[in-house]
Amino acid sequence: MFRPRIIPVLLLKDKGMVKSIKYKKYKYIGDPINAVRIFNDQLADELVFLDIEATNENRTIDIQFVKSISKEADMPFAIGGGIKDIETIKKLLNAGAEKVIINTAAVNNPEFVKRSVLEFGSSTIVVSMDVGKNLFGKMRVYTNSGKKSTNIDPYNYAKEIEELGAGEIILNSIYKDGTMEGYDLTLIEKISKNVSIPVVASCGAGSYNHFNEAIKIAYASAVAAGSLFVYHGPRKAVLINYPSKEDIKLIFEK
Amino acid sequence: MIIVVDYGMGNLLSVSRKISKITNKVKISSDPLDIINADKIILPGVGHFANGVKKIKEYNLWDVLNNEVLIKKKPVLGICLGMQLMSKFSEEGNEQGFGWIDGKVKLFKSDNIRLKVPQMGWNTITQKKPSLLLNKVDDKSEFYFVHSYYLDSNNPNEVLATTDYIKKFTSAIERDNIFGTQFHPEKSHTIGEKLLTNFINL
Repeated sequence: MFRPRIIPVLLLKDKGMVKSIKYKKYKYIGDPINAVRIFNDQLADELVFLDIEATNENRTIDIQFVKSISKEADMPFAIGGGIKDIETIKKLLNAGAEKVIINTAAVNNPEFVKRSVLEFGSSTIVVSMDVGKNLFGKMRVYTNSGKKSTNIDPYNYAKEIEELGAGEIILNSIYKDGTMEGYDLTLIEKISKNVSIPVVASCGAGSYNHFNEAIKIAYASAVAAGSLFVYHGPRKAVLINYPSKEDIKLIFEK
Repeated sequence: MIIVVDYGMGNLLSVSRKISKITNKVKISSDPLDIINADKIILPGVGHFANGVKKIKEYNLWDVLNNEVLIKKKPVLGICLGMQLMSKFSEEGNEQGFGWIDGKVKLFKSDNIRLKVPQMGWNTITQKKPSLLLNKVDDKSEFYFVHSYYLDSNNPNEVLATTDYIKKFTSAIERDNIFGTQFHPEKSHTIGEKLLTNFINL
């Protein structure tokens, strides 16, 4: 039976792993390679690594770092951060990444997504979209790690990503990030129902029940979380964790 | 020596790394001589079918692979696109494959919004015949899949396992020395490592 993936999203900053609240207030969590080892032991489905400073520093995620992840990871992983040319994708895939994640460059240069798909196949190309609310309360697509707003409507944009040939959408809602109060189910449902490619629900998960909601109520194909997998307890002590096989069964049986 | 064939498509490093955990006799190569001298061949690959065929021909590996697999009967394991290339034909670029396996590769068509294309994620396989490749791999084990196209087999004897996604499709094949998996054993935790170990120990 097909089972939706449960994906830890690990944010990288200054070579360390961090966790944010609403794309701000970054808190240092620990060493990413160590986290990979723990997620190996816990049989995590897939990992996502995002270098959140790469775009704004006009560089791409460090290839050596990707190689060191690939050396450790027993599961597929996807990599994002400042990717805007074919040559970089080639290097990242050769370094062992399963998929690459394009965000800002997909907004600035949609043609790049199309070319990447032709070169590497759609299942290798993931587009991550950051959705925020602007001053007038309108939902808009943001770029540059949430720092820059655009006038792009997320609903139309998701459709465009599909038409460009990307294999998957990671759907982030900035206003939910780190809140652990649950996903924006309305947004996820609206977009999931409108595209034929998998949508990964991201931002807001605070319990396993939220996973169930995103899949069952909002038609997400997979769920991603940050805080839930790096924090433990009401005081948010840092503790890398992941649902057991038994937990996963329960999550989706409901 | 186990040769992981490099024809310019996809994630060779993760395959060879996984195998090097099991044996140190593994090498990534696009040299026909290495393939001729290999004990076993792994044909990986991610990407477009017709592009894969074109690349294999460009690398001058087409005839060598045919000869090693069909005449010399060397064990070969195709993974993902590598398995699809063993078939007769694919809708992806309307191109002919090696034709070692009787079947066609077709595009998933889904009208169920809970089953999107590509299939990305973990799914179980149902074993259809006893096989050394699946020795000590439990029936209904979960493996990692990433694909938009699937193999539609014409010969039930060649079907090693099936999987349900949108429809029941062939997720592993076996005919004599020829093996293939649609899923990625190199990305499927310890159970995937078991399958690769089985192939190495054939």
